[in-house]
Amino acid sequence: METIVFSLLNGMIYGLLLFMLSSGLTLIFSMMGILNFAHASFYMLGAYFAYTIMGVTNFWLALFLAPVLAGGVGMLVERWGLRRVHVNGHVAELLFTFGLAYLIDEVVRIIWGRNAVNYKVPEALDFTLFTLYGSNYPAYRIFILFVAVFMLVSLWYLLKRTRIGLIIQAALTHPHMVGHLGHNVPLVFMSVFGAGCALAGLAGVIGGNYFITDPAMAVQMGPIVFVVVVVGGLGSLEGAFLAAMLIGILQTSAVSINASFSDIFGFLGLTASSELGRITVAQLAPTLPFLLLVLVLIARPRGLMGEREV
Amino acid sequence: MTTNMTTLAPSASEKFTQRALPFILFALLLIVIPFIGVSRGTLTLFNHIGINIVFALSYNMLLGRAGLLSFGHAVYLGLGGYFCVHILNWIADADGSGFWGNVPVFSLPIFGFAMGALAGAIIGWPSCRRAGTAFAMISLGVAELMSTAAFMFDSLFGGEMGISGDRMSGPKFFGLSMGPIEQVYYFIAFWTLVGTVAMYAFTRTPLGRLSEATRDNAERVQFIGYDPTRVRYLVFIFAGAFAGMAGGMSAVQDEIFTPDSLSLIPSGAILIATYIGGIRFFAGPIFGAILMTYMGSNLSDYTAGWLLYLGLMFISVVLFVPDGIAGLVFGFWRGIRSPGRYALIGKWITQILGLALVATSVIVVVEVAYRWSDGYGDVFAPFGFDLPHNGALTWVIGTLPLLAGILILRRVKRTESEA
Amino acid sequence: MTEAALQLIDVHKSFGHAKIIQGLNLEVAKGERHAIIGPNGAGKSTCFNLISGRFRPTSGRILLNGKEVGGKPAFEVNRLGLSRSFQVSNIFANMTVRENVRCSLLYSQGHGYAFWRNVGSSRELQEKTAWVLERVGLIDKAHTPAALLSYADQRTLEIAMTIAGDADVILLDEPTAGMSHSETEYAVELIRKATEGKTLVIVEHDMGVVFGLADRISVLVYGEIIATGKPEEIRGDPKVRSAYLGDDAEALTLGGAA
Ligand SMILES: Nc1ncnc2c1ncn2[C@@H]1O[C@H](COP(=O)(O)OP(=O)(O)OP(=O)(O)O)[C@@H](O)[C@H]1O
Ligand SMILES: [Mg+2]
Repeated sequence: METIVFSLLNGMIYGLLLFMLSSGLTLIFSMMGILNFAHASFYMLGAYFAYTIMGVTNFWLALFLAPVLAGGVGMLVERWGLRRVHVNGHVAELLFTFGLAYLIDEVVRIIWGRNAVNYKVPEALDFTLFTLYGSNYPAYRIFILFVAVFMLVSLWYLLKRTRIGLIIQAALTHPHMVGHLGHNVPLVFMSVFGAGCALAGLAGVIGGNYFITDPAMAVQMGPIVFVVVVVGGLGSLEGAFLAAMLIGILQTSAVSINASFSDIFGFLGLTASSELGRITVAQLAPTLPFLLLVLVLIARPRGLMGEREV
Repeated sequence: MTTNMTTLAPSASEKFTQRALPFILFALLLIVIPFIGVSRGTLTLFNHIGINIVFALSYNMLLGRAGLLSFGHAVYLGLGGYFCVHILNWIADADGSGFWGNVPVFSLPIFGFAMGALAGAIIGWPSCRRAGTAFAMISLGVAELMSTAAFMFDSLFGGEMGISGDRMSGPKFFGLSMGPIEQVYYFIAFWTLVGTVAMYAFTRTPLGRLSEATRDNAERVQFIGYDPTRVRYLVFIFAGAFAGMAGGMSAVQDEIFTPDSLSLIPSGAILIATYIGGIRFFAGPIFGAILMTYMGSNLSDYTAGWLLYLGLMFISVVLFVPDGIAGLVFGFWRGIRSPGRYALIGKWITQILGLALVATSVIVVVEVAYRWSDGYGDVFAPFGFDLPHNGALTWVIGTLPLLAGILILRRVKRTESEA
Repeated sequence: MTEAALQLIDVHKSFGHAKIIQGLNLEVAKGERHAIIGPNGAGKSTCFNLISGRFRPTSGRILLNGKEVGGKPAFEVNRLGLSRSFQVSNIFANMTVRENVRCSLLYSQGHGYAFWRNVGSSRELQEKTAWVLERVGLIDKAHTPAALLSYADQRTLEIAMTIAGDADVILLDEPTAGMSHSETEYAVELIRKATEGKTLVIVEHDMGVVFGLADRISVLVYGEIIATGKPEEIRGDPKVRSAYLGDDAEALTLGGAA
């Protein structure tokens, strides 16, 4: 029982972080048709910016400034890079963002070093919130939950209740129509790209000290965010939410299950001494998202809630 | 009717100079290299170049010829290579008897080829149903799946340490024991040539042509009687097979494979190399493989920033020279023989000047930045000039040539588009 | 009675709620030159897309030489002997003119998905490619990349690729659209020669072309065929005249006179 509650709670937090990342990616993909390979790099930038800002001032300023900076970098990238390669098609755009991810990785190594930086949870949030089944639950996790839910509600409000939101929604379903509405398409694109990167940056600010802030964090997170977006269905925010929660909870719970294959499939004659039988569910955890991706793409290419085929 | 045919098809002499001659020169070059007195280290570098040439060419069967962007091509090299390392061990264990006892190590790339084809046939089945972004995503998922799953099966993949073998076991092949590096060199050279010729021949088969047609316009392919999914699938199997062949070559050269060889990192590296080389030309990936292998092995001794340089190069190629190095080389070759060559040479010199200026600044900034970030107090001192990170001269060299170079390059571009 | 080359029986096609084709019946005899005319958006191209396997019909049957082809993938329909051209040029842009035609010939020449043969070593393939290029007058541009051709030449290449294979039923979707007067004349001659002995279904807005070429004409309006018959019958049909108002009706008369 204890493990289940903790896994669910932690899984939800992880899932919400994943959604924060994938919502930006989804927005960018559905409006611009660009699968931003460097999206997780902006997540990393958010964490590092926050670390630096926090060193000079405090966490709360970082919480606000770091995503803004990440978004700013995103807008520059869109203006001076993506717009140029746009004429060469989507594969060229994908290649460009691939190279960008590579560059950001290296630049981060130059500026902040090759090892993890000591990006800490702010003292104000560094306490035990409650004790459950004898285990302490840190307050910061609940803080992440709050920030994520706050972001979720704001995003929902923005999309459903404002004029900008209506334009974005129109663009999600009819990408070719935005231009006809008389809006400044390049500006809309630049803003959406910037906003998506800012969301990723925010995830970095609150995720960087929850996990670890090191130059490998983008490479680790990137592919999983892709999985979320594709499994959820490209262009569907609801789908991305569902997939993010699913993968978050699945992966977090799997890590805490120490049962091995032989325990589970023992009735099929799988013995504990065989190589396959020795594999534990916990070991399987890192492969789960990708297994899910491949299965979904074979069985349901549209993803869970997507309207268009990938 | 026959006269038309002869005017359409290239003449015998054209065929010779355009198709046979480059390969003959390539073969001669490969044979001559060990005689010019190169060191063991250089021969090892050449061996890695050969492996990467085959790998990059196989990657370009997908990216350049079939228009399929894969983020997981190293999976096929890795699986082929792993299979061959296992075979090395089987050969050693068989000790001259049974089937494996009679397999010469020289033939390993054939087994790598078969394994790569098998892996391509299995993984390609779900992957090739769609092209474009979907294909790219699936390839990424498969690569991550394989490299994470590899850590679970230690008897197959050997865990973190990987699996190693001994290339000197088994029967000799034409007196080659595969021990000395020169012998390995000839082994690699042989298979590099075989792979290159075979992949060139592939572009001229009906399937090779259909793969280009599918890249250009998958829909129309259906209306000339072909199933684009089938075309992609078959090409995918061949690309996997040649990657597996490169894996077999690598198994003999390095005698070890680790699960990292299946991961996104080598897949990304070959994508970068191939693209920088130029995906629209058959020779492009060869240039790219040579450059990347050279940079990886030599430049990495001089500067910690070689990955950054490679990344910058890749981005610049994507942005400004989509035809890559091969495009530049062949453009130069065409230009030098055209009547307007003098104007062109002038333009090129200006462009090279602009590029050199940009490069100067970039190199200074990168080198100074790396030294500053290391924190060892090293100072970048090219040609005896001290360039500390807080020196005024550093900032001048880091910015002024860059601005000047950009201005020059933009100006050339503007006059070009006006003309 | 010999079976028809092409037969559509009560074919329907909807996109979502939009019923674009509503009960199409059409029969084209072997060797006939049949034209389909109708106002913009009537569903002519959609009709071609249904026959050629690009779209799956919502209901109804489509028979090619007596064989059901409705809903089959396009490449299978093509292998059964049907070839089509597109209203908007649909070519292999990065390949040369010669390669475009050669690729279109591969299947009918029995090369399949072969990876053990050199395309250059089949004499028959070279000769047929040269013959097709000669016939459509693109032989001088054989080595030009298709993307660099002029508009009219791209349209010609489109036709060349369609007639290259040995299909005996040919569908041409507005082959002369956007061509100048002389180019049109040339194209019509080309089509006439190339489809000798074959079955041709052509969609055209140029009434001169239609009345000059067709043995029979069908008029498609709002997804239904309102009349089918010999050119003279169509010209005099009041239903047709009322469907074509104003200038178009004028064109009908002029086309008839031409
Ligand atoms: N894939 C599709 N999805 C939705 N609607 C479609 C689709 N294809 C065609 N239509 C609609 O079907 C109708 C008929 O189109 P079609 O292209 O068949 O007309 P047409 O007779 O060829 O006209 P034109 O003379 O302009 O070529 C149009 O209203 C078009 O918008
Ligand atoms: Mg039409």
